[in-house]
Amino acid sequence: MRAEAILATRDLTIEFKGFKAVDGVNLNIEQGTIHALIGPNGAGKTTCFNLLTKFLTPTKGTILYKGRDITALKPAEIARLGIVRSFQISAVFAQFTALENVRVALQRRRGDSFDFWRSERVLTRYDREARELLEAVGLADYASVRAGELPYGRKRALEVATTLALDPSMLLLDEPLAGMGHEDVDRMAALIRHVSTNRTILMVEHNLSVVASLSDRITVLARGKVLAEGSYATVSSDERVVEAYMGGMHA
Amino acid sequence: MSAHDVAVPAAVEGDGARPSGRTYGVLLAVLVGVILVAPYFLYPVFLMKVLCFALFASALNLLLGYGGLLSFGHAAFFGFASYISAHAAKVWGLPPELAILSGTAAATVLGAVFGALAIRRQGIYFAMITLALAQLIYFVSLQSEFTGGEDGIQSVPRGVLFGVLPLTDDRTLYYVVATIFLAGFLLIFRIIHSPFGQVLRAIRDNEPRAISLGYRTVQYKLATFVISAGIAGLAGATKALVFQLASLTDVHWSMSGEVVLMTLVGGMGTIFGPAVGAIVVVSMQNYLATLGAWVPIVQGIVFVVCVLLFREGIIGVLSRWTKRPL
Ligand SMILES: Nc1ncnc2c1ncn2[C@@H]1O[C@H](COP(=O)(O)OP(=O)(O)O)[C@@H](O)[C@H]1O
Ligand SMILES: [Mg+2]
Repeated sequence: MRAEAILATRDLTIEFKGFKAVDGVNLNIEQGTIHALIGPNGAGKTTCFNLLTKFLTPTKGTILYKGRDITALKPAEIARLGIVRSFQISAVFAQFTALENVRVALQRRRGDSFDFWRSERVLTRYDREARELLEAVGLADYASVRAGELPYGRKRALEVATTLALDPSMLLLDEPLAGMGHEDVDRMAALIRHVSTNRTILMVEHNLSVVASLSDRITVLARGKVLAEGSYATVSSDERVVEAYMGGMHA
Repeated sequence: MSAHDVAVPAAVEGDGARPSGRTYGVLLAVLVGVILVAPYFLYPVFLMKVLCFALFASALNLLLGYGGLLSFGHAAFFGFASYISAHAAKVWGLPPELAILSGTAAATVLGAVFGALAIRRQGIYFAMITLALAQLIYFVSLQSEFTGGEDGIQSVPRGVLFGVLPLTDDRTLYYVVATIFLAGFLLIFRIIHSPFGQVLRAIRDNEPRAISLGYRTVQYKLATFVISAGIAGLAGATKALVFQLASLTDVHWSMSGEVVLMTLVGGMGTIFGPAVGAIVVVSMQNYLATLGAWVPIVQGIVFVVCVLLFREGIIGVLSRWTKRPL
């Protein structure tokens, strides 16, 4: 284990009725890097995210964050440690406006969320900061639009703004570019690069040109196991990786 | 990058999804006005029954409409509180304010116990567990001596409020009940429109996302359950003094169903819906009473028609027409 690994797994495994969706995975995510997790559909990437954020409990193995064993923590506690995830299907609060989406995250960080005797008007104190975050992701004009009505690319941007409101030290992004048009892809890639300053990012992504340009290190997963790991050049010239991709990856 | 390359959808009216405070202000004023003059036109006892059920349904709506949790056992809190309140007034000789308080406290504690057992379940499982736990309370009420079994606790004294105001007169009691209703109603209103309420809405909207933002969602849902149970208890405890009776009807599962019905007919997830639903259902029971055994059938038909015609309930439909949350 490298000393500077911020997040690491040891023999991470989960079994669904005898089927090992993630099988003995050892990950080392170095502090301050963009690390990509790629692989064919069904390789276990999303399941890995669910394990790392404790939305699923591993059958076996440990998860270490800054050297501390976090395998037994609940998902909300993982988030409170500063590991915040996005979802493969964009996750916004559809009934809320864009501004309220960001505000609800700011509200959590400040910790007055249990106040049921006060008016919600006190939340306007977060408006300025929320607007700044919306502006940072290009959503300044959408502040009072209901999130459910935003175009898909904007929803993903809103998700990022909401995540950034927690000022996490680590971001887990599950296919942040999926389903986006050209322009949105470029915008989001730039945004990911921008927010990676002072942060560590673990990213699942099928868009290999973006993966190549953004990531410092790549882990290839296939059938729940780590197939290869290294720089883009290393990984893309690996025979087994090429083979795995021929055998079913639509990237 | 240009922020104008995609048409910006129309902004939600006012400051975000929240309604202007003015709409609510006006409606609340109308509500208070109606409550003040109503006993000059209608029987106070009938009105008190409406108010108790309106509060009961509003309490359920806090959990169902804003917490997204369908409890099918709320009669337990309503009925248990009415037994405690009746017992406190009759056997312990407590004044009405303490009798009601005892009932409310008992329901709150019961709510904490039931909530702790049920809150991690989702959807139909949550409804089934609350129903099962409520049935437990029903059987205890049926068997135990303290509830008077089939007879219930009868001739409960209404007593003297704060030692100065005798409640024997229906009109006097009416204004006390109206005050209790308004207090409970405003509390619910405040909770819904508080920072806590905002988180609750986020959880109902997308729980995994709320968790991933670090919210311990179970705590929010449990708190909502306990508050809802407590207010349901307040309604039941008050009703026991109004009718001077606590009986098995109030803990029966059909009572749980009735309050769900009121909430749905009026419009779940709306502030005023449950109260309107209570007016509709209680009026129906009262004015159709001559139909005897047909009442539940007529009620069932009304329910089916409601669900088919306006799924969002009466106030839900009005809210859509006027384009503002009510
Ligand atoms: N909760 C679950 N129960 C059973 N099987 C699951 C569950 N979640 C994922 N799987 C299976 O695990 C495998 C990996 O899925 P997933 O992690 O979503 O793949 P990826 O994100 O790499 O496309 C798939 O075969 C999927 O069907
Ligand atoms: Mg996936």
